[in-house]
Amino acid sequence: MTVLCLLERAGDGFAETSLRALSRGSSCAVRAGADLTAVALEAGEPGLAGAALAELAGLGVAELCVVPSGVLAAYAPAAWARTLHQLMASDSAIAVIAAATDRGNEVLAHLGALSGLPVAANCVSFAPAGDGSWKLVRQRWAGSLLEEAILDESCALLTVSTDVSTDAVSADSGTAVAREGPAVRILSPEFEEADLLVVATESAGSGGGVSLATARVVVGGGRGVGGPDGFAALEELAGLLGGVVGVSRVVTSQGWRPHRQQVGQTGTKISPELYLACGISGAIQHMAGCLSAKHIVVVNTDPDAPIVSRAEYAVIGDLSEVIPALVAAIRAATAD
Amino acid sequence: MDILVCVKRVPMVGGTIVLTADGQDVDTRMSGFTVSPHEECAVEEAVRITEREGGSVTVLTLGPPEAAEQLRDMLALGAHRGVLLETDGREWGPVATAAAIAEAVEELGTTTFPLVFFGTESADTGGYQVGVRVAHALRRPCVTGIKRLEVAGGRLRAWRERGGAQELFDVALPAAVSVREGINLPRYPSLPGRLRARRAEITVLKPRWRADGLRKTGLRVPASSARRAQVLGHGIDAVPALLQVLDEIGVLP
Repeated sequence: MTVLCLLERAGDGFAETSLRALSRGSSCAVRAGADLTAVALEAGEPGLAGAALAELAGLGVAELCVVPSGVLAAYAPAAWARTLHQLMASDSAIAVIAAATDRGNEVLAHLGALSGLPVAANCVSFAPAGDGSWKLVRQRWAGSLLEEAILDESCALLTVSTDVSTDAVSADSGTAVAREGPAVRILSPEFEEADLLVVATESAGSGGGVSLATARVVVGGGRGVGGPDGFAALEELAGLLGGVVGVSRVVTSQGWRPHRQQVGQTGTKISPELYLACGISGAIQHMAGCLSAKHIVVVNTDPDAPIVSRAEYAVIGDLSEVIPALVAAIRAATAD
Repeated sequence: MDILVCVKRVPMVGGTIVLTADGQDVDTRMSGFTVSPHEECAVEEAVRITEREGGSVTVLTLGPPEAAEQLRDMLALGAHRGVLLETDGREWGPVATAAAIAEAVEELGTTTFPLVFFGTESADTGGYQVGVRVAHALRRPCVTGIKRLEVAGGRLRAWRERGGAQELFDVALPAAVSVREGINLPRYPSLPGRLRARRAEITVLKPRWRADGLRKTGLRVPASSARRAQVLGHGIDAVPALLQVLDEIGVLP
């Protein structure tokens, strides 16, 4: 019995989201008395650092499956799923787990189609129930609502929400292999022609600048900004704080700002130190995009706006007065 | 080119989600319904392609009889034909939904749809899989999460954002594509569009229900950080306090 966990690469190691999913998989493997096997299908340049392998071992991974270089040189979702499908059978998998990223959700959807099994996407918790079924909690509405469910299948296909924290892995689960690192197993998957019809080509980035997803400070603007001209003050403030401007859906659907600046369920999920939300009422679709913000401060004319009950601090007032005054105050304070 | 777009009827929720007394569903008595946002963009994209190159756009949804209302909304945007896979109002899982859509596509004639559009995930249940499953059933390639696409010479070029970069997928038609909001800005329906939509005939098919191995036992609103914000003051009088908060958080230059 095995729990398989698909890992995505980042630099000379693995993506943080994958490692968090793996830590969840590790707890389940311990509970079910199953082996924990990691699967990394990316060619990956540079190669894996020793520290990355040690980290897997620390999480209880006994074996790391890879494909030979030259096989799957580029991301191919159906071929990744085919590889997992063959591993599922050969290793008697009781679960296949991936991070709920674009790739993780996509590959598991293909795996679901290949195997005919259901997929529970964006889980925040899951565990074997002891009778062969799994109890799980998954996100709906991008995390604004939780679904409790029972998954009753021979193998559980799960993606783990990128909002979850790392599970504490019991200290002894990994120590035996931690010293040596996991064994590396080279797979030889067999593909069908259809598996290789969709293959990604990396193309150039859309330009530099601070990215909304990783910005330390996000200054948000919503309907209360009033129109496209109102964003100059927010841009100035964001610039002063080393951050970027994010907007609500109404702003992009009005065409005031481009969609790439949209924060929320159908835009970008942010995780800044500070989210300063100005003139935003706080619909659940917007709040789903800032679940991971450390501090939320709002400027709003309406003290009863939903966002006020989600924020730490609020200034009740007109952002067109408050923001320029704040900019002036910051300039004065930092000029000393 | 004849294009099929699959859309989902979802509740229009605002500042809070209210559940029914039994905790099994979102209480929609006080809210309206809409088409899931990614899918509205999929319809817009399909309509633009047919405006350029000719052909037709068929919108399909699986849902209760009232979901015809969402089909008419999409017909008002410029789609030509509506197909309702009518259910009794029960929630259908992704496996059953995809099977029903694939069967309907066969029934409507697969070869007439070189392109089938989906939203990457629905706004409400967020399963991230119906488009991929339908593509497998129809034996065609599938690209997901698409924010930009070009159709020319029997091929599809589609771009997806990945970190600060983009990945490009280049596939031959027929293909399935799931798109994301932001690929375009959907138009507002015109008055003639609305009138045409109101009169349009909608094809109704009755799909077969299948049980799903993933069984919802209940819904709950997460124990959020729901609290009352500390009010720093009103208007510009609050600026000194706001400045101090920013300093404490450690974001001042």
